[in-house]
Amino acid sequence: MNMIKVNRLKCAYCGACIGVCRFDANELIETWVEINDKCTECMACVRICPVGALEVENEN
Amino acid sequence: MKTDYDVIVIGAGPGGSMAARKCAEEGLDVLLIEKRQEIGSPVRCAEGVSKKGLQKFVNPQKKWIAAEIRGAKIYSPDGTEIVMSEEMAGSEVGYVLERKIFDRYLARLSARAGAEVLVKTRATGFERENDIMKVKMVHFGEQIDYTAKIIIGADGVESKVGRWAGIDTTLKLSEVESCVQYLLSGIELDPEYCLFYLGNNVAPGGYVWVFPKGEREANVGIGVLGSRVDRRPKEYLDEFIKKSYPGGKPVEMVVGGVPVKGEIETAVSDNVMLVGDAARHTDPITGGGIINAMEAGVYAGEVAGIAVEKGDYSAQTLSLYDEKWKSTIGKTIARNAILKDKFVTFTDDQLNSLAKALEGVKLEDLGVTELIRRIITKNPKLLWDIKDLFLKAR
Repeated sequence: MNMIKVNRLKCAYCGACIGVCRFDANELIETWVEINDKCTECMACVRICPVGALEVENEN
Repeated sequence: MKTDYDVIVIGAGPGGSMAARKCAEEGLDVLLIEKRQEIGSPVRCAEGVSKKGLQKFVNPQKKWIAAEIRGAKIYSPDGTEIVMSEEMAGSEVGYVLERKIFDRYLARLSARAGAEVLVKTRATGFERENDIMKVKMVHFGEQIDYTAKIIIGADGVESKVGRWAGIDTTLKLSEVESCVQYLLSGIELDPEYCLFYLGNNVAPGGYVWVFPKGEREANVGIGVLGSRVDRRPKEYLDEFIKKSYPGGKPVEMVVGGVPVKGEIETAVSDNVMLVGDAARHTDPITGGGIINAMEAGVYAGEVAGIAVEKGDYSAQTLSLYDEKWKSTIGKTIARNAILKDKFVTFTDDQLNSLAKALEGVKLEDLGVTELIRRIITKNPKLLWDIKDLFLKAR
């Protein structure tokens, strides 16, 4: 299964990824982004991230 | 401890602070919450505002003005230069602010007017019960539940308040600019001019900006339209800086998403109003959002005052807020969204020919509308289908 992961060493917690999420699947909590199980891996957040902090990871 | 308020404002940026201040001035019990531990930080902004726009709401203070700007220079892909004076360069030129200090100043004004302020406090949801909103919040790790008659969501590009209230403000990739900026130190520049660089190889569907913050320092940043992102905006920006300011040293990095969606259908629902970036109030052409957010904040505060006096917080009563922002800032937002959709399709050749048409034209006493009109009369084909927006009634 694929999952979207946040690279916290790159993330500057700007919130752009939350603005483009149609599924209410992420949230910016103070200084970190959390992704919940509503995520459909539509990739909108991965594409909008200004610094490439969101990555698709294969769990297996 | 007081737990019941007339209004809870979520988010202490310029929109939220102005809303809270207005509510307090209207005599309402108002609480302003900010999820971060510091209001104003981290900055997500190029910090440019027009003088006129700002002066409508606050008296400019030295402590939060980093630079005073006389004009803007726009560069097309082949380097053709258009020079505009400050009065007509749009909502972004006039002052370059020090947002960290500015935002705190506005929050302080709201506190002085009587608003309560809580930092490190995040709203996690709300429920409507007998026309009162039960607002769930986490304050310094502790769950607190307060009530409010009205919630003003000024919670930025990542707004949750709109979603919770059933107002769809989701941004398509074509409706948001992906932005990165450095505060670049040790560079040679004209401290009185903001610079804008256009081009499909420079910033696809956006632009690179240079906003001076003093003698040898500037915010140098880039916005790339989400639907046009092929490489990371950071890569585009690093390339630009390597070429244009090779000696510049970044002393701060700023990242952000700027809505360029245009006018949303409504920014209200029962007991809820949205303000600023949360309502996508940014100008789709310039990306400027500070003044619009402040103006919307004042309207939201006014309408909250009326609603509380009537004892009616329904969407119907709050729709007065929609009327207010739509008949003012909304007009420019809607028009510039159409213009933006047009501009992002232009090839470099087309951008060059637009710039060439204005080369040598004195642009001192023209407005942005007038600038576009000039382009239309010189290059009627390129903007033919939207000419009526600019050539009809002023």
